[in-house]
Amino acid sequence: MNTASRAQVVLNYALLILFTFLAVYPIVGVFLASVYPPHSQPTSISPPSHFSFHNFVTAWTQGHFALYFRSSAIVAVSVVAGSTVLSILGGYALGTMRFRGSKVIFYTFILGLIIPTEATIVSLYYDIRALNLIDTWTALILVEVSGEVAFGVFWMRAAFMSAPRSLIEAARIDGASTWRLLWRIMVPFAWPAILTLMVLTFADSWNEFFLALVLTTSDQHLTAPAGLQVFSGKYTMNTPLVSAGAVIVAVPVIVVFVLLQRQFIRGVLTGAVKG
Amino acid sequence: MENIAVQLPVTEISAPKRAGKRAWRRAERLPGEPRRIAYVYLAIPFLIYAAFTIVPLVQSFDISFYNWDGITPGTWVGLANYKSFFADPVIRGSYLHTLVLIVFYSFIPTAIGLLLAALLSRMRIHGLTVFRTLLFLPAILTDVVLAVTWTWIYDPHGPLNTFLGSIGLGFLRRPWLGDFHFALPAVGVFGAWEEYGFCMIVFIAGVMKIPTSLYEAARVDGANAWHEFFAVTLPGLRYELTVVVVLTMIDALSTFDEVYVMTGGGPGTATTVPAFEVYNQAFLQGQVGSAAAIGITLMLVVFAVSYGITKILEPRGE
Repeated sequence: MNTASRAQVVLNYALLILFTFLAVYPIVGVFLASVYPPHSQPTSISPPSHFSFHNFVTAWTQGHFALYFRSSAIVAVSVVAGSTVLSILGGYALGTMRFRGSKVIFYTFILGLIIPTEATIVSLYYDIRALNLIDTWTALILVEVSGEVAFGVFWMRAAFMSAPRSLIEAARIDGASTWRLLWRIMVPFAWPAILTLMVLTFADSWNEFFLALVLTTSDQHLTAPAGLQVFSGKYTMNTPLVSAGAVIVAVPVIVVFVLLQRQFIRGVLTGAVKG
Repeated sequence: MENIAVQLPVTEISAPKRAGKRAWRRAERLPGEPRRIAYVYLAIPFLIYAAFTIVPLVQSFDISFYNWDGITPGTWVGLANYKSFFADPVIRGSYLHTLVLIVFYSFIPTAIGLLLAALLSRMRIHGLTVFRTLLFLPAILTDVVLAVTWTWIYDPHGPLNTFLGSIGLGFLRRPWLGDFHFALPAVGVFGAWEEYGFCMIVFIAGVMKIPTSLYEAARVDGANAWHEFFAVTLPGLRYELTVVVVLTMIDALSTFDEVYVMTGGGPGTATTVPAFEVYNQAFLQGQVGSAAAIGITLMLVVFAVSYGITKILEPRGE
């Protein structure tokens, strides 16, 4: 299908490279700014005359990023584990079983895909306060799992529905219980979909800011994005230090993205298509 | 996956036509007999979802009819919180700002994505994986990280002003985020930058699924690039277009992180948006009822926009 003229091919690549460059340039910029000498002002996106990694040490220790990082890790791992297991259970029931009310339950979950946090946050705050969970990881985990389960059940239901019936029939003839059928046969079958779900959930949880801002207050419990916001407000005049904090928050997502890129991109593409 | 959901009922419905009621019962049983154990599997996921999403939604709806400071008992005010949208210039302004942000978050990235996909539909792309990875970075990175980065870029002594100075446009230099006229477009440009890579990737993936034969047929008919775009590429991307426009519009409507970190709604109220007003009214101003009303309205707008766009763009008869 290579009918485009040579000049056009060159122009197309030039545009593609230009837009790719523009997408990456600011991110490269913040990485470069983080290795400027402390208290200097990087005025352009360029490498410093000499590199300094001191900002990372300062941010990690004095800037509480060790704490923020720990909070984010605990919350993200709990949210991924909790919501994945619950999504598997719910998706399994809705995808392979017939029962009264399944439609209503399914559509109630679907509703969750389009309820923005802004519509629930006001009473959520008072509910969490009534439960005595303000400024705890538990609060963040519960609320985030609740949000992720809506998408997860939807996602896993579709994955389980695509399992060939012969697979289920064979297990049933062998007399396997629904529980064994799920963990021995269905979960291994749907593993790629589960992995994609986990990657997407991790990114969501790691990046979550609004909930952390409203529900947590102390350095002990602030997650990385919320901590970075506090930190950047405190050191507005120290761009290299704030940039180091930003890089610390960015790195886990970049690592997961690079390692599990295929799942990530497939997830965002199909996830997007399901909306 | 959508297809599977659509196809399954068809086989179930066709069964009884062939063999009457008994077969219908059997067909209904497959793949699982009616299983009450389903409720056990669903119990915990549904309870957590209901407790922290559905219940707070209903409560917020209720709160939106009260004048409540969050501490003393509230008073019922009916629709007053909703009516104040039209009276309160700050809230009205927040929705007008959203209209501006929609252009930046949705229209511009969609146009960039379509343009690139259309150009690249005519050739094979080498190194697509690398381009895709890099283009995806703004979409997956933490908003707060990117907002901190762009705050520096827009700084009076930051890279943007330095760049303008170096190409002889020094007169354009300004504290972008502190400028009453330029703060909102500055947030918008940042938003367009966050979204366009995602749009490009979705459209490029979509273009690759369009059968080559359609392009060949168009060329045999003597179609130029322009005709080809409207006759083949755009119809072929209808589904992707719906998805991209809906998702970017939702992002534009519910912008919070960027505004909170970069401008705090300022200078003055120049960049405030509905999601920021929910936070501001509920947790800074003590206008909890009003905040709930903004949140509920925002949700209804998101519903309406998603539904409307899907109806307009999606191919009929599916």
